[in-house]
Amino acid sequence: MADHAQRSTVELKVNGDDQVLYLDHRTTLLDALREHLDLTGSKKGCDHGQCGACTVLVDGRRANACLLLAVAQQGREITTIEGLSTGGELHPVQQAFIDHDGFQCGYCTPGQICSAVAVLDEAERGWPSAVTADVAAADVRLDAAEIRERMSGNLCRCGAYVNIVTAVSAAAKGGA
Amino acid sequence: MKEFGYVRPADAAEAVATTYADANARYLGGGTNLVDLMKLGVETPSLLVDIAGLPLGQIEATDDAGLRIGALASNTDIAVDRLVRDGFPLLSEALLSGASGQLRNTATAGGNLLQRTRCGYFTDISKPCNKRQPGAGCAAKEGEHRNHAILGASTHCVATHPSDFAVALAALDARVEVESPAGTRTLALSDFYLPVGDTPQHEVALEHGELITAILVPAPPDAARSRYRKVRERASYAFAIGSVAAVVVVDDGTIRDVRIAIGAVASMPWRARLAEAALSDVAPSAASFAAAADLELAHARPLRDNTYKIPLVRDLIVATLCELTGVPT
Repeated sequence: MADHAQRSTVELKVNGDDQVLYLDHRTTLLDALREHLDLTGSKKGCDHGQCGACTVLVDGRRANACLLLAVAQQGREITTIEGLSTGGELHPVQQAFIDHDGFQCGYCTPGQICSAVAVLDEAERGWPSAVTADVAAADVRLDAAEIRERMSGNLCRCGAYVNIVTAVSAAAKGGA
Repeated sequence: MKEFGYVRPADAAEAVATTYADANARYLGGGTNLVDLMKLGVETPSLLVDIAGLPLGQIEATDDAGLRIGALASNTDIAVDRLVRDGFPLLSEALLSGASGQLRNTATAGGNLLQRTRCGYFTDISKPCNKRQPGAGCAAKEGEHRNHAILGASTHCVATHPSDFAVALAALDARVEVESPAGTRTLALSDFYLPVGDTPQHEVALEHGELITAILVPAPPDAARSRYRKVRERASYAFAIGSVAAVVVVDDGTIRDVRIAIGAVASMPWRARLAEAALSDVAPSAASFAAAADLELAHARPLRDNTYKIPLVRDLIVATLCELTGVPT
């Protein structure tokens, strides 16, 4: 067996800042964010891509940070919950979660919010979902059924789903 | 997780050469299944060959009105592609019914075909599994097997293939394009997946190091209608307990062409050729669909806790074909 190096340098742009990390290849993006960059907003729930608590945006698209190897994210732009607000102003989806009480214990909330930010963008692009009647239709209307389907990769053990749907719906309509 | 090396090859030829040279190397695409299996200790590669940066993500029309899907196109890329949504909606439906938005953004077409079974004994290294450790035995036969195979299984393994996408591709007669040091070859999806037999560890007809570069989908027949339907135990974000992909052409009150693939019933997407043959040139009706489904399912060998799949798949075939042909269920 060839003798391979077990660590590499990786450059990431995280919430707008360039970061250079020298990491064991086994380090997931989630662990790189939490343990190496002290960005503990992204949460480790199941660590197997099943609960969505680790959801971040990678080059603008939502992904489970627990299943991404950090070394494989060379050059990518990562946005976490800490990067959504601008100059002390909350992102409209963050504000909507507060206004509509879209959480109880709050552990899944950073993942829920990052996921919801991406859902709004995906709907804006007219991307269909499993509950869209005609996948060829150009436009998507984010009704409650669409929001539930599109947010199904984010589990909430407190069961705050009703208010999460209300919050995402409010953010989609442009009002918090 | 065991330690491993990591390389990022410059092109497909270098990726293939690197992987051929190390019997314990694995390609890394989206990694949604592989990285998870590494965490579980099921996969222990010495080297990951990261192909995600290679230019293999294009989705394009072919000269004969078919589709060429690059192996690195993500599930999302494919599902939302305008060519796919307009001309091959079955593929969008299948992809959108699987996983979550996060996973669909990361998982790739090639990896989707190669994903491993979600059998709980395969993913638990403390349990015997012939697929993971040939000769160890199969804990699923007498254990937790509600979602295991009813068709084509053997005494060695009763696991199912979890993909939705592959079921839709089977119904569309897709082919797989593969690169090796000897050059490029293509094989039919029906030849890509191997029968279980006494070698459940050999799932696909690829040599170590061969790289899937694209999936080729021929144009559906003129005037074809198609549909992917999936049954699962919750409304979203769950694997199928039964699914069907159907493509049908009815002309002058007669079925001229029908392709039926069923999912979550076998180690591979199961093409229901007996049912198809029974429906050739007959008038569409719920009774003819049920008779055809029964013919296929007469070969089912259910386990203690999955006999429910027989009526489930039968009803799914009947309902889907009734919907596509406009006859009452």
